[in-house]
Amino acid sequence: MRDLREYRRDFPILQATVHDKPLIYLDNAATSQKPLPVLETLDTYYRTYNANVHRGLHALSERATAAYEAARRKVAAFINAPQPQGVIFTRNTTESINLVAQAWGRKFLTAGDVVLLTEMEHHSNIVPWQLLSQQIGFQIRYLVVREDGTLDLSNLDRMLDGVKLMGLTHISNVVGTINPIAQIVDAAHRAGAVVLIDGAQATLHIPVDVQALKCDFYAFSGHKTCGPTGIGVLWGRVDLLEAMDPFLGGGEMIESVTLEKTTYAPPPNKFEAGTPAIAEAIALGAAIDYLTGIGMERIAEYDEMLSSYALERLGSVPGVRVLGSAPQRSSAFAFTVEGIHPHDLSSLLDTHGVAVRAGHHCAQPLGRRLGVPASARASTAFYNIPEEIDALVDALHEVKKVFGYVRP
Amino acid sequence: MSARDLYQELILDHARSPQNFGALEQATAHSHRENISCGDTIDLYLLVEHDRIVDVRFEGQGCALSTASASMMTEAIKGKSLSEVQQLTDHFRTYISGEADTLDEALEDFEAFQGVRQLPARVKCVTLPWVTLADLLTQKPD
Repeated sequence: MRDLREYRRDFPILQATVHDKPLIYLDNAATSQKPLPVLETLDTYYRTYNANVHRGLHALSERATAAYEAARRKVAAFINAPQPQGVIFTRNTTESINLVAQAWGRKFLTAGDVVLLTEMEHHSNIVPWQLLSQQIGFQIRYLVVREDGTLDLSNLDRMLDGVKLMGLTHISNVVGTINPIAQIVDAAHRAGAVVLIDGAQATLHIPVDVQALKCDFYAFSGHKTCGPTGIGVLWGRVDLLEAMDPFLGGGEMIESVTLEKTTYAPPPNKFEAGTPAIAEAIALGAAIDYLTGIGMERIAEYDEMLSSYALERLGSVPGVRVLGSAPQRSSAFAFTVEGIHPHDLSSLLDTHGVAVRAGHHCAQPLGRRLGVPASARASTAFYNIPEEIDALVDALHEVKKVFGYVRP
Repeated sequence: MSARDLYQELILDHARSPQNFGALEQATAHSHRENISCGDTIDLYLLVEHDRIVDVRFEGQGCALSTASASMMTEAIKGKSLSEVQQLTDHFRTYISGEADTLDEALEDFEAFQGVRQLPARVKCVTLPWVTLADLLTQKPD
């Protein structure tokens, strides 16, 4: 297998040891690691041009503003947005979704409306809509997930009847399913719905093209894209953003303020109240440069190879059950081991230096649908190598030896 | 830390064949708890007569640590008076939180959880049965 191991040297943390064992980091769906250019960008910003953006007329502020806006253009190019104006910097995917709920949903949804989600969603694409629904009284409907971890699209048109907004995840954070977004968006648009895509699990793994996906909003997190924490993105169609009310009020998002009335700045500034995460936005730009330097097509190709390898190796361990078997899948593998609770499994793997997640993965409805309330999850990134999958599998065999059979 | 430090044989024994497992029909008190981080559940049943725990049972779905902890706890409190059990609960709390390093004889099995004390995320698993017990100690048995 041709891998991308040459890039491992750019990630200092991959040299770390855990319990005196080399770190095998397989929790990339929770957060990705950060390459040197990202760390250096943060450091350089604070050392040499830390200043607030969009207001100072001095040299540092101009430099910070230029870098911040350059990062916005990099994000736009990364997701093939038609113009940078539609790129709003937020804290993370969760905040991006809340922004749509509060700034679009609160204005345009009424009591008789329907919001369509799926059983596959992360809690962050369920709870904001439930909160809003409690206030407005619209109905929330869910597309069913089938046993294999794919969405049941057989009655999509009927499910879309009366739907004003559809929210769905690009890639499942549990079973790794890559949803057929363009097809679903087409159907949703025919039904007159606006579509929001949760891209949290996509941007590290596959090329994202919001024009090809034809969605209306796309949300993702910097920290899951090799960037820092505290920076996220909401991309939105500019005409929708213009029609929306502001999200938070404060500085930066205004055009003019009198004691009686405020007029708002055009997007994206309208949605970026207060001093933004400047260093983090610029460093997200560096992360995007880094990823595009490798090439997202190349990353996606390797992701697919490593996923097949991981599926095959995990499947070879007796008692291991990998959840979901979507034909189009990314590299998040939730699995269970017969007789061993996921929390015990995760703690035991940790003693071998292997970092995986255990629990409900913030997707409890999906766990219930699949009949598995808790599971372990290994999730890879392009800098993972087949030997690390082997290490996971070896550790699983060891764990089973220690544990023997335990009443489930 | 090795796997054996964390999962000592005593813990695995209790997890494999928990003591006092199952429902208790004649229970005078019952409490249900869930660990929100993993969805684990526990149901604890007490039969209290004259302020003494005559019988105790538990059931539910849990990891090895919470199952072993529940099993050991039921052994430790069976036959004890409510005030003794209250003392054991306090004693357990000081040990698992690291405030105290030694254990009284009644709780000596819990020494097996020494390694877990360094893993705050897992301390919750060991604590779950005890928190469930505390619910019952603060309420008057019906």
